[in-house]
Amino acid sequence: MIAAKMPPGISRNYASSCNACRQCTPLGACLAFKGVEGAVPFLHGSQGCATYIRRYLISHFREPMDIASSSFSEEAAIFGGERNFLLGIENVMRQYRPRVIGIATTCLSETIGDDVPGFLRLLHERVKDQKDVPRFVHVSTPSYTGSHIDGFHETVRALVASAPGSVSLNDRVGVFPGMVSPEDLRFLRDVFGDFGLNPVLVPDYSDTLDGPAWENYHEMAPGGTTLGEIDQLPGAMAAVDFTRCVPAKHLAGAHLHQAHGVFSSRLAPPVGIAATDAWMKWMGDVSGRDLPDRHTRERGRLVDALVDGHKYLSGVRVAVYGEPDFALSLAVICSEFGMKVTLLAAGGAAADFPAVAQEALPSRDLPRILNGADFRDIENAVEANPPDLLLGHSKGYAMARRLGIPLVRAGFPIHDRFGGQRMLHLGYAGAQRLLDLLINTLLDHRQTESPVGWSYL
Amino acid sequence: METPVMKTRPDTDSRIALLEGRRGQVRETDGSPVDMACGKASLAGAVSQRACVFCGSRVVLYPIVDALHIVHGPIGCAAYTWDIRGSLSSGPELHRLSFSTDLREKDVIYGGEKKLHAALCELIDDHAPKAAFVYSTCIVGLIGDDVEAVCRSVTKLKGIPVLPVHSEGFKGTKKDGYAAACAAMMKLVGTGDTAGISKHSINILGDFNLAGEIWIIREYYRRMGVDVVATVTGDGRVDDIKRCHGAALNVVQCSGSMIHLARSMKEKYGTPFLRVSYFGIEDMSRALYDVADHFESAEMRAAAGELIREEVSEILPQLTAMRGDLNGKRVAVYTGGAFKAFSLVRCLRMLGMKTVVAGSQTGNKDDYNELAELCDPGTVLLDDTNPLELAKYIQEKDVDLFIGGVKERPIAYKLGVAFCDHNHERKIALAGFVGLLNFAKEVHASVMSPVWNFVPRKREARI
Repeated sequence: MIAAKMPPGISRNYASSCNACRQCTPLGACLAFKGVEGAVPFLHGSQGCATYIRRYLISHFREPMDIASSSFSEEAAIFGGERNFLLGIENVMRQYRPRVIGIATTCLSETIGDDVPGFLRLLHERVKDQKDVPRFVHVSTPSYTGSHIDGFHETVRALVASAPGSVSLNDRVGVFPGMVSPEDLRFLRDVFGDFGLNPVLVPDYSDTLDGPAWENYHEMAPGGTTLGEIDQLPGAMAAVDFTRCVPAKHLAGAHLHQAHGVFSSRLAPPVGIAATDAWMKWMGDVSGRDLPDRHTRERGRLVDALVDGHKYLSGVRVAVYGEPDFALSLAVICSEFGMKVTLLAAGGAAADFPAVAQEALPSRDLPRILNGADFRDIENAVEANPPDLLLGHSKGYAMARRLGIPLVRAGFPIHDRFGGQRMLHLGYAGAQRLLDLLINTLLDHRQTESPVGWSYL
Repeated sequence: METPVMKTRPDTDSRIALLEGRRGQVRETDGSPVDMACGKASLAGAVSQRACVFCGSRVVLYPIVDALHIVHGPIGCAAYTWDIRGSLSSGPELHRLSFSTDLREKDVIYGGEKKLHAALCELIDDHAPKAAFVYSTCIVGLIGDDVEAVCRSVTKLKGIPVLPVHSEGFKGTKKDGYAAACAAMMKLVGTGDTAGISKHSINILGDFNLAGEIWIIREYYRRMGVDVVATVTGDGRVDDIKRCHGAALNVVQCSGSMIHLARSMKEKYGTPFLRVSYFGIEDMSRALYDVADHFESAEMRAAAGELIREEVSEILPQLTAMRGDLNGKRVAVYTGGAFKAFSLVRCLRMLGMKTVVAGSQTGNKDDYNELAELCDPGTVLLDDTNPLELAKYIQEKDVDLFIGGVKERPIAYKLGVAFCDHNHERKIALAGFVGLLNFAKEVHASVMSPVWNFVPRKREARI
């Protein structure tokens, strides 16, 4: 019998990957470009890359997802992609009239060694007399290095680095949240507003990838961070990168500090109470304001709910997985909730992930940590030490189903449930939602399994 | 009091302009043949809805459930095609695991042959598949891995067919991927024992068993007294494909994907083939009658007639009831192959609806001429179109319903247009007589939804 069953044994070192827990670098680039007003992502490579990524993103966001391609032919692969590149960019300019064309390379154009900066010089020469020439932002994203999350951060950095630089000091705060949901982005914008701060979120796909119904079609979805805002960043009063795992050289905030002397901090993604406390303190320091009442009350409600619910979660064993930063954030918040994290698995490999994770997690009860794992690795580890719950994106569903362990979905992608784009993960409010979700998933499971079917749980 | 309902937006003048390089692939019908400039590579920067050669091969071979499918390339190509189709299996589900060599920078520099060899060996040991398909991606075409040699070596070592699929993404279009998939399968065909195959036997080619559709079709043929040797590739089995040259007839659905296999089998084994479609009463009935006629069996023809009468009488009252609501609705259809579009236009007409936009990713000149003949004058035909063109004609032709796949769905929904998924992700069977009823229900549920009362594009409808 040939079954879609994972073979046993966790110690084997496989040559193959089975059921990836990550996506390729250009996907992250496309997503980041989608958060800039008037931007069209452009993949320099085969047509399929753009189409696959569009489809993958649509299944999560359920929004129009136009991503252009230079649609390589065999000839282009042999003689170079210059002609396709120039024609493609010009067609995008004609068809979309974009303000930004976000150019990301694929493994194909990278491997044949296409000189995209050289093509861009040619392009500038060709279009210099046209009006409304878009800004071209180029990021190198061969899919044989890193994962989608690396493409995402690299793109954010490239966008910020595209600002001309000579700008006067201003009251903007550069906010680089990492790969979070549209709901998270809306929340971040509100919270900065609560402190009287004026954020520039890069990217901001809160409207472009979760917007209202339209009366007429828009070539590019309204919303997103404007180029004008990005260009203010070199003079920003402060900047913040929300990440534990991404090295400084890939970060936009770190770049602003290094290139323009912007006061820039790295904070843990504000998932969970302690991380949100640290963020709130930072907000207080930067704004000179006390914690707004709304957040004091939100924190209070969260702690109250946690007290009400702590026994449901106490000692509950959970395995978390996903992109390194988000998976680690989930492990941290689960620890705060009194759960026992049995496994922390990063889909894409992150530098020093085990060390970074150990520093963030309570030292007395460390989980097993996997860096650069696929779902075969994860499933084997889960089977060897079965948890009560799985927590991560929807690609863990196949494993959850095989093992009969309930799955709580969070992050990206969520392809088999409705509303992933509206999930809030950040701040006290996000922690509250996750707390409710975790407890209710457990209660639902317990109720379903119960021979009695208690009405009070 | 009754709310006056106004006709919605007949005056929409879309601002979207066609690209110069795309004009030959957009036609409005006027009763005469259209000279569609189709069959071309997608225009750079046009945002085609097509994928690539790899995609073509992957979707065609994917439903072979007891084979190992390994993508030789960087992780994306495998990640985006994991469990991508709802192709059901009555047994093994090996096809639902996503295997890749996950090529990294050092593999790109030093070559990926050793990694592929090791990957194949370990996966064959773990999963004991009946055969393995190795899909080449763009990068493999560049770094010069000798995939054929690796496959030969593993075949020898493990004793199962290990078949290279030449599906480098840039080497053509999705259609070339179909051909590559068929070429790989041809290496299996003819290697199995054909003893005991009846003279009234067929292979079902070009159905992928989405939502169990091939089981519906197979059962119809069984009721007519026709044996099915292999289903290619829905709920497909390696051993069946190996012996499918023993079947008396190939019945081929879908315009592009399996015609190569049918032609190769005709050439090599003399197996005749018929082209059919299982969507709609007309096409489904013809698919049964044509097989009966091929076998020149009056008995079979009578059985088919009986089956059709039984099935149709079951669904007709419900179809008629829905037709009342759907009458006069305007529809846009965009499919992968054009053959499906023909069937859809006929189905829609049966339900009282009018196709005003029709297109496909891979249609040829004859296909578009057939579409032009089938549709009313004034229908916009699109070849290898893109989101902006689709949006333009949804608005200009005042479309009520869009039939397409996942990538078209948000375009329709954003503009307040009903939608029916007729592509890989559908979870309800749309083939066969019962499938037509499902289709009508699905269309009816979306078109008649109260949600359209609230969308901005139809604001005037709620005075």
